Amino acid sequence: MVQLSLPKNSEIKKGKYFKDKTGSKNLRKVNIYRWDPSTDEGPRIDTYEVDMDNCPSKVLDILNKIKNEIDSTITYRRSCAHGVCGSCAMNMGGKNGLACTTPHAEIEGDIDIYPLPHLKVKKDLIGDLDGLYKQYQSIEPWLKNNSTKETTEIYQSKEDRAKLDGAYECIMCACCSTSCPSYWWNGDKYLGPAVLLQAYRWIIDSRDEERKARLKKVADELKLYRCHTILNCTNACPKGLNPAKAIAEIKKMLATANV
Amino acid sequence: MKAYNIIDHEYDVVVLGAGGSGLRAAVGLSEAGLKTACISKVFPTRSHTSAAQGGISAALGNMGEDDWRWHMYDTVKGADWLGDQDSIEYLCKEAPKAVLELEKYGVPFSRTEEGKIYQRPFGGMTKNYGNGIVQRTCAAADRTGHAILHTLYGQALKHNTEFFIEYFALDLLMKDGECKGLIAWNLNDGTIHRFRAHTVIIATGGYGKVYYSATSAHTCTGDGNAMVLRAGLPLQDMEFVQFHPTGIYGHGTLISEGVRGEGGYLVNSKGERFMERYAPNAKDLASRDVVSRSMSIEINEGRGVGKDQDHVHLHLSHLDKSVIENRLPGITEAARLFANVDVTKDPIPVVPTVHYNMGGIPTNYKAEVLTMNGSEKTVPGLMAIGEAACVSVHGANRLGSNSLIDLVVFGRAAAKRAAELVKPSTPHEEIPETETHKCLDRFDKLRNAQGDNSTAELRLSMQKTMQSKCAVFRTEKNLKQGVDDISKTYDGMESISVKDKSLIFNTDLVETLEFDNLIRQAVATVDSAYHRKESRGAHAREDYPKRDDEKFMQHTLAWCDGKNTKISYRPVHQSTLTNEVQYFPPQERVY
Repeated sequence: MVQLSLPKNSEIKKGKYFKDKTGSKNLRKVNIYRWDPSTDEGPRIDTYEVDMDNCPSKVLDILNKIKNEIDSTITYRRSCAHGVCGSCAMNMGGKNGLACTTPHAEIEGDIDIYPLPHLKVKKDLIGDLDGLYKQYQSIEPWLKNNSTKETTEIYQSKEDRAKLDGAYECIMCACCSTSCPSYWWNGDKYLGPAVLLQAYRWIIDSRDEERKARLKKVADELKLYRCHTILNCTNACPKGLNPAKAIAEIKKMLATANV
Repeated sequence: MKAYNIIDHEYDVVVLGAGGSGLRAAVGLSEAGLKTACISKVFPTRSHTSAAQGGISAALGNMGEDDWRWHMYDTVKGADWLGDQDSIEYLCKEAPKAVLELEKYGVPFSRTEEGKIYQRPFGGMTKNYGNGIVQRTCAAADRTGHAILHTLYGQALKHNTEFFIEYFALDLLMKDGECKGLIAWNLNDGTIHRFRAHTVIIATGGYGKVYYSATSAHTCTGDGNAMVLRAGLPLQDMEFVQFHPTGIYGHGTLISEGVRGEGGYLVNSKGERFMERYAPNAKDLASRDVVSRSMSIEINEGRGVGKDQDHVHLHLSHLDKSVIENRLPGITEAARLFANVDVTKDPIPVVPTVHYNMGGIPTNYKAEVLTMNGSEKTVPGLMAIGEAACVSVHGANRLGSNSLIDLVVFGRAAAKRAAELVKPSTPHEEIPETETHKCLDRFDKLRNAQGDNSTAELRLSMQKTMQSKCAVFRTEKNLKQGVDDISKTYDGMESISVKDKSLIFNTDLVETLEFDNLIRQAVATVDSAYHRKESRGAHAREDYPKRDDEKFMQHTLAWCDGKNTKISYRPVHQSTLTNEVQYFPPQERVY
């Protein structure tokens, strides 16, 4: 194998060990990635012994327990706690997911918690999603329809509305894009599954009048065709959506339609 | 105090918060050509609007005859006559326009056979002034809030709104009773930012996290409300806290009222549909305060289900599979994840759970903030919208699906009013440095706090007190105890500790600042509740079981400088906005 020389602070050292103080017999070891940009120190893994007898079922409950009872300095995003806001996306036991919907019982052995892969880290478990948000903006995620009056409703058949199912539910947690090897390599140019799913959502909205222009816009070797149908995205989606299929549909539309 | 570098900005208008109301306001302001900044502590689509499920009310009449006056009557009655009827008229009359506008923006509403926006029945929504159920609540399956929030964010992008994301707002900048801007802390790089603005629009949402069990997100800490209190201005009707009847037992996750709208119902341990006894007409679709109280009575009288008989069951397995699949997919997933229940087979264990704050920053129907200076007057430069505001359209109890419509109607109204008041690019006044120093002193003191009490412990103590002393049913004794206990927790702030001293994404400090915000609102809430010696809407006093219109047809105003509160009252507006509708005089409230 090729030997890569890594930049200094991509080397992760062993960090602090927080021994249990509750005397619980039911402990699990939780290893958490820590990095604080305010210090010169590189990243480390801190280990916490957590009393599982008094911990609800999700990985987020473990993090909250550590932050409330053991170490208030651990840093992660969180908000709704039931899988709709998309804040607490992270890598747990080697898999991307939402901490608030991932049961810790599904993770065997020690529980390893890392930020989403291949993002710049802002601090601890907080990844930098600015690039992904810019890509989202680039697909112009708003309805383009100039032909109806402001005071009237645009009718849409039940069948046309049903086409949006599986696309509009995306919460932009980025679990899919950050599980995609192609996005890891070309994340600056390839739009990635999350953003392409959103592009698809507007392309197939029967109310939108710019379908062709939207298709043209993504028909690009880098933006779209860097998808190599690895399907990690679909496997990673915590909402059970299928971004890989949406990408395939876009490719199909481009191959069959006169754009 | 260590000197903090301050980065200055100048905008015509600053919107604080990027949920449904903040984004709708930002879109309107950009359309009006005002230089607008939108500041949020979370990325816009993470805001708690995303958790709204059931729908958004508007008398479109897509599923049978409807009239905005019927909607107005229902809202007045739902509010137990504590709502201002001029504002309610504005809300209900503007609602259809606001929903059609959302549709034009691209919200993926569910559809009827004819392709119109689908509307479902919801609690308290009736036809012909209380005579039968109407289908008024426009829905995008059971993910309406998510669909609206993401669409509004798209619109804001379309209009090139300038966002300041993951900035935590600290305090308003006030000068001679007028608002001149605010100070915020950029979590991304630790810098302090001072925004000068001719108008600040507060859209920071509710403060559900003062309670232990709430459907609210971790971030629902009412930061804007607390900034208003610190600016020496009052909050209104804080005692009115809505308990949603169906939070998942043990976890608090919301199960939409849409479940009952689609035909689900509640049963006790005897297998009895008990709502038939409490609300013979509306049954499970009575308003939320009524259903939550009925559930609490069933549980208190020993007819709860489960090992501890402390919750009830929500049945929906009798519903058509296609209804569950197409209209309730989100709650199906939530029940599986958080109650381990397959809704097509088993009932969901539910319990009344804190959900919404009717109280907040007092405003008129144009979203201008009000205060009392002998009589009612506006605070120049300051507006409030959404759950943070108390317009008051929800009075003593909000109807389900009236919150999403409140966001967009008043978000729009605020943008319109700001466009009337602010001339683009007007020069800014100097603000005395003392305001900045006062704000940064508090920030620095908390950042360097090295006491014995952890923020998490104090927060838990506050939440447990509120949960036990200021719940569905209240008494003089309990509330007095609550006032004393909360005051003790407040004193604990003197010896609070913050371990993380850094400035970049210091969530230890963020949570401490949020706790400082929460505890002031807890004080205002429990004190307002103590002083209202009647039962009205969500405020149910066992020692004063009747509504007292003689004494209490008034909004409570609470000023709070830390732990000391001052309570006063302002009369409920007893007239409508136009003569297109008559004032609805108080009646007995039965469902």
